[in-house]
Amino acid sequence: MELFTNQVLAGIATGAIYACMALAVVMIYQAIDHLNFAQGEMAMFSTFISWQMMQWGVPYWGAFVLTLALSFAGGIAIERLLFKPLAKAPILTNVAGFIALFAIVNSVAGLIWDFTIKQYPTPFGSSPFLGSQLISTHQAGMIGVTVLLLILLFLFFQYTRMGLAMRAAASLPESARLVGINTSWMIALGWGMASAIGAIAGMLIAPVVFLEPNMMGGVLIYGFAAAVLGGLSSPLGAVVGGFLVGVFENLAGTYIPGVGNELKLPIALALIITVLVVKPAGLLGRPIVKRV
Amino acid sequence: MSAAEEVVTEAPAVEAVPKRAMTLGLGTSLVVLAALVIAPIFVKNFIVFQMTQLLYLGLAVLALNILTGGSGQFSLGQSAFYAIGAYTSAILMEHVGMNYALTLPIAAVICFAFGFLFGQPALRLSGVYLALATFALATAMPQILKLGFFEHWTGGVQGLVVTKPDAPFDLPIGQDKWLYYFTLVITIGIYIGSVNLLRSRSGRAFMAIRDNEIAASAMGINVALYKTLAFGVSAAITGVAGGLGAIAVQFVAPDSFTITLAIQLFLGMVVGGVGWLPGSIVGSAFIIFVPNIAEGISKGLSGAVFGVLLFLVIFLVPHGARQVAMIAQQMLGKLRK
Repeated sequence: MELFTNQVLAGIATGAIYACMALAVVMIYQAIDHLNFAQGEMAMFSTFISWQMMQWGVPYWGAFVLTLALSFAGGIAIERLLFKPLAKAPILTNVAGFIALFAIVNSVAGLIWDFTIKQYPTPFGSSPFLGSQLISTHQAGMIGVTVLLLILLFLFFQYTRMGLAMRAAASLPESARLVGINTSWMIALGWGMASAIGAIAGMLIAPVVFLEPNMMGGVLIYGFAAAVLGGLSSPLGAVVGGFLVGVFENLAGTYIPGVGNELKLPIALALIITVLVVKPAGLLGRPIVKRV
Repeated sequence: MSAAEEVVTEAPAVEAVPKRAMTLGLGTSLVVLAALVIAPIFVKNFIVFQMTQLLYLGLAVLALNILTGGSGQFSLGQSAFYAIGAYTSAILMEHVGMNYALTLPIAAVICFAFGFLFGQPALRLSGVYLALATFALATAMPQILKLGFFEHWTGGVQGLVVTKPDAPFDLPIGQDKWLYYFTLVITIGIYIGSVNLLRSRSGRAFMAIRDNEIAASAMGINVALYKTLAFGVSAAITGVAGGLGAIAVQFVAPDSFTITLAIQLFLGMVVGGVGWLPGSIVGSAFIIFVPNIAEGISKGLSGAVFGVLLFLVIFLVPHGARQVAMIAQQMLGKLRK
């Protein structure tokens, strides 16, 4: 029983990473209706920017805030320059665009900061949390930040004019335009916010997985899986999905014989597909009815 | 819950391509064919090998094109079917001692079965969900191939070495050239088969499903059957491509069939033009040669150069090689007048 509790706790700790990433994925999916394959690389780039600032002597929280602002602006710039012209293109063209962006960001980061692994500081410390060996204060802090972010997003979307306008632009673009919402800028704003949330995720994850240009590969896959599991239309679902994937992955690795580290990912993905076959819109997603 | 349901008239994921626009005219086909037959006589063995690569990867892109451009289903899992085909051929050749040519139909049948079965659960998924499911298949495949359970047959992490076949009947051509012509004949056969498939009743059913699934089922098309069938056919062709790849590279190992391969095939399809079968060969050329060109322009930034080139293609010719071909055709038409 103790092994079980410990594994669940450890799963929640890794789940927080996935939840953070999934939240960023859902944000951009809400705004543009696509999964952004370059999301992880954008987050990695933001993390490197904050690392660079700290190397230049900026204190952690200063670098944190500056990086958020830069990522926000960067996200908007990428949308305006590269993806606004593709808004009317077929989905597959957009996906190819994301893959191109992925290659560019990854390669440029490798050139500027090279591929050696770097230490990344944590603001929460890394001593055991409440005497537990499995969750450090950093991981507890990470869970806290994820939950806080979720609440802030909920408040933003539910109770501000801007949030309402963004939701309107995402769900019914034509009608939103008719009531005077600038839908094109709402999409850009969605990119900016997704990029900033991705930056937070990156800065929280970096102390755990270490900083290097390929650090996001695995995390993004789990982030996608978590977002799809929870339902792509629901930020809460994304966070719940993230924790579920983390816990399940750990339990499968511990209890199913012969799974080990290599098969963790396939097993987690298989579970998600099973869930999707039963509930195609994800756990908390809204079903979409199609018209002929 | 019902109050929160969204009703949308969703644009189809894949643009509708008219059937006639899916192929090349007879004259153009013959010119391309003549070029493919004559070219290897004048070039070095390494280039012949690259041309072989061009053909079998072209086949794999063609298979994805039938699935996505034909039936409108999206797949990031083609590398898994490719791996099954490659391993089937390699195992039959090395462990059973079968002739290389005979292993290909078997690879096709086995992959068809896998694709058809995988199509069953995939029926309930569409769009990003289907992409995730196929993606899961692609990430799982190398791990499954590495399992100790299959190690006796697959050679585990080390993989299997395949012997290169000699030209039969003492023909006076080298191994590379023989393999090239062998691949060329199979590629042409499958290409003609695919064109005819898309022109047949089944092909029209695929396209009806692609354009509007609900309307298609209202017209009496068995949507479930044809969607799984499209997966099966696509997997079978990918399997043949995998088998040819194994024979040409003379080596199969789990790490050659990662998600990267699936992404490359996907890019090949987009660059070649979704739903335009001849574009598959252009797409295949893009994924083989452009990374090399990018490396040539800048070693450290090869990924960035590749990405920029890809963006250029998307911006300048969003419909890929199909668009280029159409523009060329129009210009020729004007010249004749």
